[in-house]
Amino acid sequence: MAKDRRHPNRLGIWGWVGGGSWGPDRYLYTLHRITGLGLLAYFLVHVVVTSSRALGEAAWEASMARVSGPLFVLGEYLVFVAFAFHVINGVRLFFAELGWGIGKPIEPIYPYRNCLDDQRPWALGALLLIAVLVVVGALDFFVWH
Amino acid sequence: MRDQKLWTWHLAAGAIILFLLGLHMAIMHLDALLGIFNPAGGHPIDWANVVARGQSMAFTMNYILLLGAALFHGLYGLRNILFELDPAPPLKKALSWVLILVGVGLFIFGTWAAWVGHQVASIT
Repeated sequence: MAKDRRHPNRLGIWGWVGGGSWGPDRYLYTLHRITGLGLLAYFLVHVVVTSSRALGEAAWEASMARVSGPLFVLGEYLVFVAFAFHVINGVRLFFAELGWGIGKPIEPIYPYRNCLDDQRPWALGALLLIAVLVVVGALDFFVWH
Repeated sequence: MRDQKLWTWHLAAGAIILFLLGLHMAIMHLDALLGIFNPAGGHPIDWANVVARGQSMAFTMNYILLLGAALFHGLYGLRNILFELDPAPPLKKALSWVLILVGVGLFIFGTWAAWVGHQVASIT
């Protein structure tokens, strides 16, 4: 298939934040990608660091000592926040992918409605749930310990 | 068709991660609130708690399944993002192979660590 040179439909990384009149859903999409990349980077290191438990207690303690301190606690909390966002927004996207919560096709009669009108309450609900987890996580990380 | 299958696996892996990583996060990071699967008390990464969880075959299998699901979900997601940058076909092929090798390599390494960790915990 020949590429359309006038409208390549490819904004690259710029398209994540700009290049159009984006609504809140676009920024949820961007955050989903950023948190996904952050979680992946953490996870790849996490696999290597935690594998030290296979070498016994001394190796484990030494490994954990290397990743301790206030900065690492803050970093872990950010990972928790990224997890909360990515998982809950991911569930919303999963349902949307299956066609749930986006309404049924309707005739285009003015004033026009689109699937985002049906989807918006789900997005707000997801954000509310994320906010609850972020607050509970902050209490567990920084207050209750 | 192949991408459709991979995308379906991507979603399935996400569903697995939702439950297994959710449990992992609850154990490791909501310990003051929930206090589950930390029988020795204290911090979840204290060796006694690590050993207690490591002795369980269910936890060992959980780690391996989560490892596989997370590696596939994460690396396939990264591949999609990289492919959106429209690299040349040979570069696409090379990127796919690099991600496959990283994924398989880390899965083998992580599975070894989980299994040996289970054995170490069992004799502790």
